[in-house]
Amino acid sequence: MTDWLTYNSLIVLQGVTLLGACSGVIGCFAVLRRRSLVGDALAHASLPGVCLAYLIIGEKHFFAMLIGAFLSGLLGIGFLAILRKFTRIKEDAGIAILLSVFFGAGIVLRSVIQQMPASGRAGLDSFIFGHSAGIVQSDVHWITGLSAGTLLIVLLCYKEFRLVAFDPEFAQVQGWPARLLDFALMLLLLGAVVIGLPAVGILLMAAMLIIPAAAARFWTQRFSFLLLLSAGAGMGSGIVGTILSAKFGVPTGACIILVCAAFFFISLLFAPGRGVVARILARQRNNLALQAQMKAGEEPPP
Amino acid sequence: MNAMHTVDSSAAPTIKHAVKVPILDVHDVTVAYHRKPVLWDIDLTLTQPCLLGIVGPNGAGKSTLIKAILGLVPLVSGSVQIFGQPVTSQRKRIGYVPQRESVDWEFPVSVLDVVLMGTYGSLGWFRRPGATEKAWARQCLDMVGLRDLEDRQIGQLSGGQQQRTFLARALAQQADVYFMDEPFAGVDAATERAIFSLLVNLREQGKTVLVVHHDLRTVPAYFDQVALLNVRLVGSGPTATVFNEGNLRQTYGGRLAVLETLSQAVEAQERTK
Repeated sequence: MTDWLTYNSLIVLQGVTLLGACSGVIGCFAVLRRRSLVGDALAHASLPGVCLAYLIIGEKHFFAMLIGAFLSGLLGIGFLAILRKFTRIKEDAGIAILLSVFFGAGIVLRSVIQQMPASGRAGLDSFIFGHSAGIVQSDVHWITGLSAGTLLIVLLCYKEFRLVAFDPEFAQVQGWPARLLDFALMLLLLGAVVIGLPAVGILLMAAMLIIPAAAARFWTQRFSFLLLLSAGAGMGSGIVGTILSAKFGVPTGACIILVCAAFFFISLLFAPGRGVVARILARQRNNLALQAQMKAGEEPPP
Repeated sequence: MNAMHTVDSSAAPTIKHAVKVPILDVHDVTVAYHRKPVLWDIDLTLTQPCLLGIVGPNGAGKSTLIKAILGLVPLVSGSVQIFGQPVTSQRKRIGYVPQRESVDWEFPVSVLDVVLMGTYGSLGWFRRPGATEKAWARQCLDMVGLRDLEDRQIGQLSGGQQQRTFLARALAQQADVYFMDEPFAGVDAATERAIFSLLVNLREQGKTVLVVHHDLRTVPAYFDQVALLNVRLVGSGPTATVFNEGNLRQTYGGRLAVLETLSQAVEAQERTK
């Protein structure tokens, strides 16, 4: 065993594995529901909550900061809903406003904290850039519990969530509380964001949601497999990214995302059927076959 | 959901025998987006099972009428009842075919998955479709002639096949009233005939089918009842009496481009008489 693979690293790995699975699964719903950018906005919107939690508690308290992030994100969701209902501002513009305003407020609060004596700045910056080595055992208990809870809810309401993600109007006509289910999906997205923040960081959290789902989409046409593969990609990049980060002393969030991106590019190129290589080969094969049939003077195939 | 199911199965036969309860009762319905009314004071009552065509120019509120009935858009005023009850308590008796453009066809589900969604209403919370539901969904796919394609991802279907997938999903709902938003849009002639014969089939089983329809020429041949809509309801009733030149002119205004189709439509009706 090498020096970086200590007991604490194993604890950290357990945490990132679960949060990787969690953001992989929830990310699928976000991408299919066209909410990738909402994930990004919610991650940024969490910063003021994290800072306020720090200011109120007076020290770096992991769970309090997660709660702060969640409440602040909830406020962000409300902000988006109000913009949608009462203004004619387009969704993407609303998301951009939410992202920058909340993040700006968070940066202001952060500098207030920095100017305080006995500053716990390091704890805050780990939420911005992601720093899984700073995660301790008690934090992992929270991450484990929350991730497991999120995955359990998805497992239980798999049919309902899939229906609402695909065709919310049909769901409503059938008598499902479509808006409530959609809101639940939004809350799960926020939950996945909050769980991932300490390891991946605010800046890169959106990628953790989008890239595993986008990579997995190359390999399957089935919803259940998509969730499984995306969870796998999330877990894999969490584990490999954390190990690389510890070995080379670079920020965890960045490492996890780069591993994730590697999965994506491998999928993009080499996935059977939908990958770039497979598509080029298939086109050539088809062209050759058709040319041969043409030369043989055959009728065009149906 | 489960409670609703038990109420529904016991109450359904008695309601069916009570002829006086209208199948659909739309009363004083107005719908608006901001200050602009899309539907104005609509009254529509259906007492007998029928094939009803909802006809009118673009922006006349045809889709909105269906969505208003189904509770998908808020009403400014008025009320809707199905079998004498609020729509929310009649969900299991309603089948819905939305416009094809309303969903993302790249969504990673198979044809069979989509048709199975029709059975979710009777399954209730958390239960997954089992062998019974799958067998029934396959039967529905047989009815629309898509059985061979059940494993296809829905994006790999042609427009007509996608339309038939939605139709099979509605059939899987085993409803008594069906609402279909342009089921003939973008399908070829053969598919259109296949879909029409399915509608006739439903009608013969005593079901009621409301169809948003675009093609004036086929109205007299397809529908025994018609509702002419242009924000207001210009006229509704048996196609033979309501679908006439005067009403059509009123529905379509003086638009020149329509006049030719219009005369063709009336001619077609003369022939069916």
